[in-house]
Amino acid sequence: MSPASAAAVPRVAPKARLQWDDVRNRHVLLYPEGLVILNHTGAEILGVCDGVRSLAEIVATLEQRYGASGLEPDVCALLDGLAAKGLVLYGP
Amino acid sequence: MDPKPLWLLAELTYRCPLQCPYCSNPLEFAGPRFKRELSTEEWCRVFRDAKALGVLQLGLSGGEPTLRSDLEELVRTAHELGLYSSLITSAYRLTRDRLAALRQAGLDHVQISIQGADAELSDEIAGTASYRDKIAAYHYTRELGFPLTVNVVLHRRNLHQVEALIRLAESLGAERIELANTQFYGWAFHNRDALMPTKAQLEAAWAVVQRERQRLVGRLEIVWVLPDYHEQFPKPCMGGWGRAYMTVTPAGEVWPCHAAGRITTLRFESVRERPLEWIWHESEAFNRFRGESWMPEPCRSCPRKEMDYGGCRCQAFLVAGDAGVTDPVCSLSPRRHLIDATVAQVERGAAAQATPEQWTYRAAPASRALAAKG
Repeated sequence: MSPASAAAVPRVAPKARLQWDDVRNRHVLLYPEGLVILNHTGAEILGVCDGVRSLAEIVATLEQRYGASGLEPDVCALLDGLAAKGLVLYGP
Repeated sequence: MDPKPLWLLAELTYRCPLQCPYCSNPLEFAGPRFKRELSTEEWCRVFRDAKALGVLQLGLSGGEPTLRSDLEELVRTAHELGLYSSLITSAYRLTRDRLAALRQAGLDHVQISIQGADAELSDEIAGTASYRDKIAAYHYTRELGFPLTVNVVLHRRNLHQVEALIRLAESLGAERIELANTQFYGWAFHNRDALMPTKAQLEAAWAVVQRERQRLVGRLEIVWVLPDYHEQFPKPCMGGWGRAYMTVTPAGEVWPCHAAGRITTLRFESVRERPLEWIWHESEAFNRFRGESWMPEPCRSCPRKEMDYGGCRCQAFLVAGDAGVTDPVCSLSPRRHLIDATVAQVERGAAAQATPEQWTYRAAPASRALAAKG
């Protein structure tokens, strides 16, 4: 998978489901024969992947929410990792 | 230590129209131990209790799970609880309407077995004409928008078809193909001499898998389940005993894996008599091989124990007669010669071009006869 461009619109793949697990107090991403238990940051990032916002807009949203800057590498690392497993899709 | 289970395999019934000779169900599936299937209400209680313990992934299996007329209701309950549900089916006589109803009820994923890449071989191995139904069901599954896994159990009679099987899964638009080399439990252990492949067959198939993985990267996930008799080290069976996984049998016994019921030195509890939470945390069967304190040498002082948890308890019981020893597949096991002898016998037979053993099909009359023999 090549890293996505800033204009790409990431979304959770239809085969996967993001949900809250109240046994572990974590968000989990469930998919055929597997799951990812997300940390707080991962859940925040996936939570703003609504299929409308572009990668650049997602980074801006998170930076504004946390009053931080330079979040792009972290966001891309998570999303590219999930995209390599087919769990996140990049749309135009 | 407080492990939380992630996976529940619900074996809804041991009834099955197919007769695959490698079936992982118990040899005595037709006997009294498995006769009285759990009711709809009992299964729904199991799902609720499992979810409360931490389970997130639910496999609906069997036998043939679509023989349960309450399957839609079970799926609906699982969906409402937030379980990610997979139907593991032969697809025999599975209609588009039934699949659509299951989709409506919230089923997440469909896994359909196939026994060979063409009707002739697939139907011969299944012992039941089912290839046409499977192909039809693959198409329905994709039309209805389910993620699809094509599942194949590999052995001496179909390993040469690995490339054709991958091409079939590709043409169907599947997400995954699971190429599962036969693991020798249940009927597969009984039929081991007929099913065991040669080293040359495995090497040829593995070369195809590596090549096809490169070609299909990002399009089709190719899962290759290792043929552990031919490996140097054991598999990390179930990710460790009683760590993440449980199986509930049709009549409600709870096992740490779908083969564990064969271990006669363990006492298994039923959800009809005990709460699932107690069985998971407190029962003797789940605690006996949990963690590392049960381990003998060579596992005890071996750094690999963190990776493979001592291998498979069922295999230790079946091959070495003791569930508490190192998996005999391990090259460090003092009982590895038992595995080597089996593999060598297959190689000798192949070199002499001897006719392979006949297998026994998995069917109720054979099961009752085997159960009567003990």
